Amino acid sequence: MQITVTVNGIPCTREVEPRLLLIHFLRDELGLTGSHWGCDTSNCGACVVWLDDTPVKSCTVLAAMADGRRVLTVEGLGRAGRLDPVQEGFAACHGLQCGFCTPGMMMTARWLLDHHPDPSAEQIRAALSGQICRCTGYENIVRSVLWASRHEAGQHGAGQHEAGQHEAAAPRAAGPGAGETRGALP
Amino acid sequence: MTGAAEDLRRTACGGSAHGGSAHGDSAHGDSAHGGSAHGDSAYGSLPRKEDARFIRGKGTFVDDIQLPGMLHGAILRSPLAHARIVSVDTTAAQAHPQVEAVITGQMLAERGLAWMPTLSRDVQAVLATDKVRFQGQEVAFVVARDRYSARDALELISVEYEPLPPVIDAERALDPGAPVIRDDLPGKADNHIFDWEAGDQQATDAVFAVADVVVAQDMLYPRVHPAPLETCGAVADLDPVTGKLTLWSTSQAPHAHRTMYALIAGLPEHKIRVISPDIGGGFGNKVPLYPGYLCAIAGTMLTGRPVKWVEDRSENLMSTSFARDYHMHGEIAATADGRILGLRATVLADHGAFNATAQPSKFPAGFFHIFTGSYDLQAAHCQVTAVYTTKAPGGVAYACSFRITEAVYLVERMVDLLARELGMDPAELRMKNLLRPEQFPYTGPTGWEYDSGDYPRALRLAMEMAGYDELRREQARLRERGEYIGIGLSFFTEGVGAGPRGQMDILGLGMADGADLRVYPTGKAVLGISVQTQGQGHETTFAQIVAQELGISPEDVEVVHGDTDRTPFGLGTYGSRSTPVSGAATAMVARRVRERARIVAAAMLEVAPADLEWAGRRWQVRGDPDQARSMAEIAMAAHSALELPDGVEGHLDASMVYNPPNLTFPFGAYICVVGVDPGTGEVTVRRFIAVDDCGVRINPMIVEGQVHGGLADGVGMALMQAIVYDENGNCLGGSFMDYLLPTSAECPSWELGTTVTPSPHHPLGAKGVGESATVGSPAAVVNAVLDAISPFGVRHADMPLTPANVWSAIQGRPQRTDLAVT
Amino acid sequence: MQVPAHVDYEKATSVEHALALLARFGPETRVLAGGHSLIPMMKLRLAQPGTLVDINGLSELSYITVTEGELRIGALTRHAQLLASAAAGAHFPILHDAEQVIADPVVRNWGTIGGSLCQADPSEDLSAAFAALQASMLIQGPAGSRIVPAREFHTGPYETVVASAELLAEIRIPVRPGGGSAYQKVGRRVGDWPVCAAGAAIWLSGDTITAAGIGLTAVGAPSFAAAEAEDFLRGAPATEASFRRAGQIAAEHCHPVSDQRGPADYKRHLASELTSRALAVALRRAQERELAGDQQPAQGEDERQGDGRVPGRGGVPGRGGAPGKGGAPGKGGPPGKERVQGKGRVPGKGQEPGKGRAGPRGA
Repeated sequence: MQITVTVNGIPCTREVEPRLLLIHFLRDELGLTGSHWGCDTSNCGACVVWLDDTPVKSCTVLAAMADGRRVLTVEGLGRAGRLDPVQEGFAACHGLQCGFCTPGMMMTARWLLDHHPDPSAEQIRAALSGQICRCTGYENIVRSVLWASRHEAGQHGAGQHEAGQHEAAAPRAAGPGAGETRGALP
Repeated sequence: MTGAAEDLRRTACGGSAHGGSAHGDSAHGDSAHGGSAHGDSAYGSLPRKEDARFIRGKGTFVDDIQLPGMLHGAILRSPLAHARIVSVDTTAAQAHPQVEAVITGQMLAERGLAWMPTLSRDVQAVLATDKVRFQGQEVAFVVARDRYSARDALELISVEYEPLPPVIDAERALDPGAPVIRDDLPGKADNHIFDWEAGDQQATDAVFAVADVVVAQDMLYPRVHPAPLETCGAVADLDPVTGKLTLWSTSQAPHAHRTMYALIAGLPEHKIRVISPDIGGGFGNKVPLYPGYLCAIAGTMLTGRPVKWVEDRSENLMSTSFARDYHMHGEIAATADGRILGLRATVLADHGAFNATAQPSKFPAGFFHIFTGSYDLQAAHCQVTAVYTTKAPGGVAYACSFRITEAVYLVERMVDLLARELGMDPAELRMKNLLRPEQFPYTGPTGWEYDSGDYPRALRLAMEMAGYDELRREQARLRERGEYIGIGLSFFTEGVGAGPRGQMDILGLGMADGADLRVYPTGKAVLGISVQTQGQGHETTFAQIVAQELGISPEDVEVVHGDTDRTPFGLGTYGSRSTPVSGAATAMVARRVRERARIVAAAMLEVAPADLEWAGRRWQVRGDPDQARSMAEIAMAAHSALELPDGVEGHLDASMVYNPPNLTFPFGAYICVVGVDPGTGEVTVRRFIAVDDCGVRINPMIVEGQVHGGLADGVGMALMQAIVYDENGNCLGGSFMDYLLPTSAECPSWELGTTVTPSPHHPLGAKGVGESATVGSPAAVVNAVLDAISPFGVRHADMPLTPANVWSAIQGRPQRTDLAVT
Repeated sequence: MQVPAHVDYEKATSVEHALALLARFGPETRVLAGGHSLIPMMKLRLAQPGTLVDINGLSELSYITVTEGELRIGALTRHAQLLASAAAGAHFPILHDAEQVIADPVVRNWGTIGGSLCQADPSEDLSAAFAALQASMLIQGPAGSRIVPAREFHTGPYETVVASAELLAEIRIPVRPGGGSAYQKVGRRVGDWPVCAAGAAIWLSGDTITAAGIGLTAVGAPSFAAAEAEDFLRGAPATEASFRRAGQIAAEHCHPVSDQRGPADYKRHLASELTSRALAVALRRAQERELAGDQQPAQGEDERQGDGRVPGRGGVPGRGGAPGKGGAPGKGGPPGKERVQGKGRVPGKGQEPGKGRAGPRGA
C-alpha cells in the first residue's frame, strides 16, 4: 500500500507493507537512523518520535497508521542549523553516554517543555519513566532538561518544529563511517 | 570554547539540593598528578567531543549500517532447554522467494565451523548439531533480502526434537544421576566444570576456631543480565576480490575478536578488519564472540554479499552473556567487641550450558578472592565449584570487574550480619575494621596488593553527607509510628585495570594495551588506542591526557578507536581497564613524544637537551622564558629540513605498549536510605550517597556520570532484576516486561562525594571507575531494606527484593529467587 | 526487534464503515485503535489477524462528556486524555488514580480506553476501575447498539462480549451526588502490570455507607469485582474496621495465581490490604467533597478531542499511586505469559494467537 507521511516537514510517499513498523519505515526506508529500537515489548522507548504533536513509541505503531500524519524525529529538532535547547542541554550537562536512548529522551523532553515550560525534577522523571537508559542513572538527563528549560529564551514554543523550519529528511545512510564524527557545538 | 562551556556547565547543571558536582574534602581532585605544574590544566569537566553526533541522531550503530546488496540474517532458536536434534528440514525456508541461504549446524560442521572456542577454553556450539542445551540456543540461520522476510522464513524451518530432562537447579546439577549436559566433551560424565580455591584454609580454620563470634549465611547473587540498550549484532562483508573480511560488530574488544576469528574461521588475520562503530552500551555483554557473528560471517562467505545480523531483545536476554548466578555461603569470624578476624566462602557457580565466562585465564572464578574486602583480616579462604546447567552460557559480565560484584556483595552482607549479631551499628563496625592508610600498599590474605587508599576518610565523608546520626534518630522516631525506613551501607574495594600480562591473559592474549600517537606538522595530534568506548567518553578523556602531556588543546587531539586497521592491539574495554591501562599507555606515549620534542627543540634553539625544562606548554631554556618553543613549532620543525641530532629520527610519532605492574584499587563508601511499606512490601529508594575514590580524575564530569549509571544498576539488581527459569527450562526473563530495569522513577537524585588517593604506580595517579558503582551499590540497597524490616525479625532475604519477596520475608518466608515462584 | 506477520489493512472513515469492514472481512479481522495491546502481540506472533481495521480516524469516538447524568467516554479516547480530563477527575478520581499507573506516559499518548478494555487482560486496571463504578459499555453492531454492564463485559481472560463484527463505542458511568473513589495498585516497577490493584467507590449518608463498588484486578476476581464485600459494606458504618472486614471478604472471593509477580498468598493479602486502603481514600475524598459543598452532576460538560488526533496536551503525570502509602507509588507488575515447548520458533511465545499478553497497555 502507498502511504504519505510528512517527516520533519517533508512529505514522504512510499510503497510499504501494512505490517511495516513506523520505526523501520523511518530507519530503513527513509534512512533516518537517529531513532533507535532496543526491545520487543514497547518498554524501552529508544524509538520515541512525535506522531502529530505527541511522543509515541514508534515500534508499536504501523507506518500505515502514520499515513496522512506528521512525524518529527531527532533529525528534525532544532531550527535552521541551530540546535534545540534540549540538545544543547544534553551536551552541556552530560546527559548522554552511549547516546542510544538519547534521541527518544530528547523527543519526550522537547514535548514536556513545550507544554510545561518550568517542570520540576519530579515531573521530568515521571515524564521519562517509560524510557530506559542503561548508562546515565538518569541524574544528568534530568539536569539536562532543567538546563534546557532555563535556556529557552527566544526559542520558546512548539512553533519551531513546524513544517519547513527544520532539516529535511536525510538521504539514506551511506554505509561505513557514515555520520559526522566531529563538529563542536555551535 | 573550553572555558566558557565548562563554566556554563558548572553553573547551570548543578541541580540537586545536596550539591550537584563533587562535594568532597579534596581540593585537588581536578588537578593533574605530576606532569605540568603551570598553566591551565587540560583536566577538568570538559564537555564531550562525541556528543556532537549523538545529540543530532548521527551516531553510527551497527544497525544503522546499510551497504549495497546487503542481506539480513535471522536465527532459529531452540524452544527447549535440553533435547536431541532428530532432524532439521529447511526445504520450505529455502523455497521462500526472498531467502538467499539457510545455514544449519550440519553445514557448518562440514566446514569445521559448528563449534567455536569460548573465552574460558571450553567450546560452544555456533549452530547446534547433536543436541540443544538451553532454551534459545542457536539452531539455524536464515539469510534473506529484508529483515521481515528473514523472520518469516524462520517459521518455515522444521526441527524435530527429542526432549531430554533439563537441569535448572544449580544445587542439583551435581546430584548422582543428573542428566549429563556436555556429552559432547569426551568422557564427560557429570556437570562439573572446575573447582578453584584461594587463601589459606588452615590459617582460616584456626582463626575461626578461636573466634568469639561466627556468623554464617547463605546468599544468592541472582542471574542478571547487562541488557545494554543496543542489542548485539554484526554486519559481515567479505570482499570476494580481495578476500578481506570487514566485520562491523558490537564488540568491546575488536582486536581480540579479530584474532579469534582468524583462529576459528581459518581466515588470515591480516585480511580481517573488525570495526566497532558507535556502541550503545556494553557492560560486558559485548565481550564474548557470539554465534550470530559467526553466522553472519558464514553468510557473507556463502552469498558473496554483506550480511547483517542484529538480535532481538529476547535473543539478547536469553542467549547472550548473563552475569553472576553465584550461590554463596559466607562465614565471618570476629571477637566479641567487633574485630573481624577471618572470612570463609564457598560458592556454587552456575555457568549455564557452556563455560563462556570472560576473565583472565589463570582466574577461572575471576577476582572473587578479593572477597576479603576493605578490612584488616588475619585469614581468609574461598572455594568455588562451577557447574553446567541447561541455561544460556555466561556469568562474567555486567560491570562485575571479574566477579568483584559477587565478592563485595558477600563481604558487605556478612559485615552487616555480624553487626546485627553483635548489636553494633554497621557504620561503627566498619570503621573499626577498615584498613588504615598507613597499611598501604597492603597485601591481603588472598594475595591482592592494594595500591593506595584512605578508607576511613571516605566513610566519614559519606556519613557526613548523609547526616548519618540524624538518619538513625529519624529511623527510631518513625518506628514508633509504625513507619519503616532503612539505612544501608556498603564499603568496597575494587581491583581494576587488568594487566600485568604475565598474570593476566584471556585465551593466551596478554592483557597489555598499546597506544600510538602521531603529531602532524601543524601540531595536531592523532591518538590510536586499543580500548573501545561504549559510552565512557574516551574521545574526550584520552584527548585530555594527550593535551595535558603535550601542552596543546584537547580540541587539537583526535582519538581513534574501534577499528583494528587503524589502532594498536589490545584486549579492549571491560573490567574498568581503559583509564588504568590505556590511559597509562596514552600518558606514556605522549611523554615519549614530548621527550622527542625536547631533542628537536634543543636543535632549534642550539642548546643541549639537558638545558631545557618543560614549562607546561613549551620546552624552554632553563631560566630564560624567551628561549622557548611550543609543540606546534616543534612539530613543524620535526618534519622540516632541520638537522636532527642522535636520538630522534624525525617526526614526533611514538608508540608503546603498557604492561601494568598491578591492578589499581578504587574504593568507595555508599549509604542508601529506603522506605518500606510493610503492608505491601514496596520499597522506595529515598536517598543514595556515594563517595568514590578513583585516584586522579581526568574528567570529573565523566567520572560522575559513570558512578550515576552504576548506582542505578544497584537499585535495579537489589529490587527488581533477575533471569529465572521454570522447572521445564523455560526462561522467564526473556523480555523487558519480565526482566525489569530501573527507570527514572525508581532512582533518586544521586548524591556524590569524592576523595582522591592517587595510585602510586599509575603514570597519572588514576584508577579505573567504570564499574565501581555497580560493584558497591547492591549491598547498600539490600542492607538498607533489611535494616528497615529488621524489627520484624528478618535476618536475610535474597535479591531481588521485590514487593512479594519483602512481604514474604516479613512473614518469615523469604523467597528463593533463583527458581520460579510457586 | 520482532516484527509482525503479513496482514491486510483497511482504514475506516466512519463507524458505519468500520462495522461494514468488520463484517466483510470476517472473524480474522481485528480492530486497530492505539495498537498498543495488539501490535506487541502481533510482533511476537501471538496474534496473527488476517485484516486490520484502523479506526484511528474516527474522531466521533473520541470524547469525554457529561450527558444525561452520565460520564460518557468514547472508546477511542486515549489514556492521556482521560488522565487530563478535569471532568473525569472531578467526578471519579479513581479514573485518574488508575490512569497514572497504567503503562507509561508515552504509551498513554496513543493507547485507548476501548482498546484496553477489549484486550481484556486479566490484570487490566481499567476493568477494575469501571467495575467499581458500575459502568456500562455501549457496543455498536450491524443491528444497532446495545448496552452491557461492565460486570458482564468480560467472559474470560482476553475475551469480551464484543462480537467480531461489533465495535465498543462508549463507556458510561452514572454520576451520583457525593461519593468518593480511589484506586490503589502494587507493582514491581512503574509502567508494569499490577501484582494486584483495587478500586473503590462509596457513597454515604452521614457516617453510613449507602452504596459501594469494589473492583479488583490481577487476582481472578469474578467480573473484576468484589460483590460480597460490597454487600457487606452496604449499610455498614464508614470505619476502618468495616474497610478491613470488606478487604478480608474481597480476598476470600478472589482466585490469585502464583507467578513471578508473587505467590498467591501474597496476592490474596494485597487484595485485602489494597481494598481497605482504597476504601479509606475514597472515604476521605467523599468527606472532602461534602465539606466543599456537594456538586450536582454538571450537564453538558464536554471535552471533545477534535479530529481524533492525539492531543497536544496530556497531564504531566505525578508519581502515580495514591497517597498514604509508605512505599513507592505507581509501580507496575507483570511479566508476560510463560513459555511452552515444542514450537519451532523463537521461544517465549507459545500462546495461541489471539490470546496472551505481549506488551504494554492500551490498544
